[in-house]
Amino acid sequence: MQLTGDRFTQESAVFGNDLVTLPNFPAEIRAPQGTIPGVSSFQVHFADHDILTAGDRPDVLVAMNPAALKANLGDLPRGATIIVDTHDFTKRNLDKAGYASNPLDKLGEVDDILAGFQVQPVDLTGITVEAVKEFGLSRKDAARAKNMFALGLLSWMYGRPTEPTVEFLTKKFGKKPDILGANLAAFKAGWNYGETTETFVVQYEIKPAKMAAGTYRNITGNLALSYGLVAAGVRADLPVFLGSYPITPASDILHELSRHKAFGVTTLQAEDEIAGIGAAIGASFAGQLAVTTTSGPGIALKGEAIGLAVMTELPLLIVNVQRGGPSTGLPTKTEQSDLLQAMYGRNGEAPVPIVAPQSPGDCFAAAVEAARIAITYRTPVMLLSDGYLANGSEPWAIPDVEDLPVIDANFATGPNHVSAKAAKDGASEPDEFWPYLRDEATLARPWAVPGTAGLEHRIGGLEKGEGHGNISYDPANHDRMVRIRAEKIARIADSLPPLEVDDPSGEAKVLVIGWGSTYGPIGAACRRVRRAGYNVAQVHLRHLNPFPKDLGDILKSYDKVLVPEMNLGQLSRLLRAEYLVDAIGYNHVYGLPLKAAELAEAIGDLVGTAEGTDVHLGEHGLDTPAADHEANPAEARK
Amino acid sequence: MPAPGLRSGTELVPGVAEGVTQTGKDFSSDQEVRWCPGCGDYAVLKAVQSFLPDLGLRRENIVFVSGIGCSSRFPYYLDTYGMHSIHGRAPSIATGLATAREDLSVWVVTGDGDALSIGGNHLIHALRRNVNITILLFNNRIYGLTKGQYSPTSEVGKVTKSTPAGSVDHPFNPVSLALGAEASFVARTIDSDRKHLTGVLAAAAAHRGTSLVEIYQNCPIFNDGAFDAIKDRETAQHAVIPLVHGSPITFGARDEATGLGDKALVRAASGGVEVVDTASVDAEDILVHDAHEPDPSTAFAISRLTDAGYLNRSPIGIFRQVQRPTYDDQARAQVAEARTGVTGTPAERLTALISSGDTWTVD
Repeated sequence: MQLTGDRFTQESAVFGNDLVTLPNFPAEIRAPQGTIPGVSSFQVHFADHDILTAGDRPDVLVAMNPAALKANLGDLPRGATIIVDTHDFTKRNLDKAGYASNPLDKLGEVDDILAGFQVQPVDLTGITVEAVKEFGLSRKDAARAKNMFALGLLSWMYGRPTEPTVEFLTKKFGKKPDILGANLAAFKAGWNYGETTETFVVQYEIKPAKMAAGTYRNITGNLALSYGLVAAGVRADLPVFLGSYPITPASDILHELSRHKAFGVTTLQAEDEIAGIGAAIGASFAGQLAVTTTSGPGIALKGEAIGLAVMTELPLLIVNVQRGGPSTGLPTKTEQSDLLQAMYGRNGEAPVPIVAPQSPGDCFAAAVEAARIAITYRTPVMLLSDGYLANGSEPWAIPDVEDLPVIDANFATGPNHVSAKAAKDGASEPDEFWPYLRDEATLARPWAVPGTAGLEHRIGGLEKGEGHGNISYDPANHDRMVRIRAEKIARIADSLPPLEVDDPSGEAKVLVIGWGSTYGPIGAACRRVRRAGYNVAQVHLRHLNPFPKDLGDILKSYDKVLVPEMNLGQLSRLLRAEYLVDAIGYNHVYGLPLKAAELAEAIGDLVGTAEGTDVHLGEHGLDTPAADHEANPAEARK
Repeated sequence: MPAPGLRSGTELVPGVAEGVTQTGKDFSSDQEVRWCPGCGDYAVLKAVQSFLPDLGLRRENIVFVSGIGCSSRFPYYLDTYGMHSIHGRAPSIATGLATAREDLSVWVVTGDGDALSIGGNHLIHALRRNVNITILLFNNRIYGLTKGQYSPTSEVGKVTKSTPAGSVDHPFNPVSLALGAEASFVARTIDSDRKHLTGVLAAAAAHRGTSLVEIYQNCPIFNDGAFDAIKDRETAQHAVIPLVHGSPITFGARDEATGLGDKALVRAASGGVEVVDTASVDAEDILVHDAHEPDPSTAFAISRLTDAGYLNRSPIGIFRQVQRPTYDDQARAQVAEARTGVTGTPAERLTALISSGDTWTVD
């Protein structure tokens, strides 16, 4: 099912639609088929204009079995089309899904649970098996081609170009002519089925979206993040070193980077999470752009080593592709609940900068930005992606490499301090190396790599004496060093651009602020509120530590501040602590992205309170009409 | 030196310029050494400081990495690059360093708690990978820095602050463990035997791959006398089983005529080895030590002769010294191979990479 969704997405991307996808699958490799927990789904939302979410309520559901129908029916708006594979609506499968009777037998009757939907029962399996008969496959293999039949049918319904899929299949199954033939036959049969049967009276037409000029590709967050790491290595002119231990949903970054040795990328699959970051710290000491990738449970294990990187002030990228927690939690579902872990999850005063991408494509730029901060300020940096960004995809305007920031490793090459002895002799030329003597502006310490003669030095986890870096247990020195490390991280804010506040009317009283992957749903929800005729402002944070310098003033210029998050209020806690602002949380932890219409209602309520009026979003909120499309934002401004 | 035809552990590390001589003093940092008076660590530090110049390597290309514990203060006292890291993790950091840079001589200093308890996982995986690093495992059979709890090499029944009724933990034999993890170089030496220690260090540094050197080291405060049996002049000849590659393994009172000790190792019926009176066996039946034997079974059998309880007898020397490909050499070779024949600037290649796949252009 994931492959079918992926192919449909590629077809739509090539066609030029804007799109957002939401793959959703169980953590088990072979989850029990036919059961509700075993349902694997792929939701794709595409449009002829700029969209921000995978949509709250799909127009079309293809349900391959009763469990898939039951698991997704609640999301569908009345009037939606449901295509079901009647072949798999067997007694056994109905039992497994918990249906007492076959809902397809009740169509049109009083107890029809599918009343109000356009139900299209098709024997997908039967027709597919028939269509691929000539290839002599086993019945099981033949039936597996039904996904391609469904893809062909949907491709016809939405007028998708078929060439990319034909090309893809030819490449994938080139060495297995019978499998290739069967898949192509099933794909074509699906298309033809749509065209020749009179069942599907509506053929949807979605024109290409008007997007900014540029070359685009469809990209997932994990792929964009991997490319961003390669790009950071190129722009810093440093070899990239990844020390990592496989974990869902971050493993794809390890897989991807392993393919780019030609860029000088070394990947080490370590024996555990701690060794992954340990090797990365070693590579950083050696002068490479060091990275470790993981998810929340891995960060928990890496905590002590992150503290070591804070103390030794070595550049290091720590990627956390967040998933549902606590503990093993929901490995394949998304959540934003590791923000406070990123912020505070270490012993001692151990500040770590935090950067969060807002969309799959944005993972590229966020990785480059994290590398810039790590190398410039000699610090570990936490890059907080999440499961939705990792596996979701969107069209991505491929950037011009020359526009990416140049990152200067600025290795130390010689002595930086006049020794006491030399000073006594009246010398002013530095004759010794102090590893903790800092850059005046950034407070960054020198990065002196082994192999550099004359700069031999020892670093470690024990407290450092200011400047010379030798072990120091002096109380006053410790107080000073703790403050210097905090100040160094705080000064990163000097290098951040002002926030972009989206407040079209300039009259909004309510500000909605978020971070990370909620950018899409928050943006879509704000558009709904505006289309209903109300004012609301939106700002989205990429930097969570330190916060941008203008954030405090922005927060104070609105009457109400709403903070939607996929956790129980972690950013709102930070904002309250930092700015004494009455940040109001909007919190969901379903393991799924926030739903725009629901969020719009919450924003609407707050706008009502702020403005002292009754707010009714009507069809822009939960009084949703049959279709649930994100309207063109351009129309909202008319 | 490595055996003839084998690659040296330091062959890619730049040496000092011709005419330059280094002394132990060049490798001594200005930091005050702060171990307890009488600690065995002093002897090892002195030995390492005077041995390092013999390597003929540039000081700036030598890195010492340590974990946590008394011995892990070691890097502060050497004027090389160094990192005093976190408990048990030094092998992982050294693995990253050694993989990233072929031009570094990377050393790990660790103790029995650091390497075998909290860091056991990293130790066995470093040995399995055969990363080109040298691990000095200071074994004093006690936790010193935390003030005297039993360690994973303490004997059963050890009475300490945390085991007032005696420890019921069965100890590790570090050499057996290393051999089981398929280490390519495993040796054991003693802090107080400067000559033997230096000889083992030289062989370990010359070995390309992970070298594990267990150093019996006395803790005068919390476990004084743990190694008395093998250090005492009277008892040592009966307690130390010297392992010398190519020589028959004997110990005990030496026969001046044959040069053999009065005890010898022979094959046991079980397949292992056993100690017999030299006089009771034919000379050709005495086991000749072969550190280069690819099959580690005999080395393992010899390692089992070490007492698990109070130490009365232990083999000392190089148990195993074989060459197999190192992780870091192979990882670098894969990167180098991927880079051969690559054309275009990095920026051009990056552009090509991010533009790969299905793309479309909007005007």
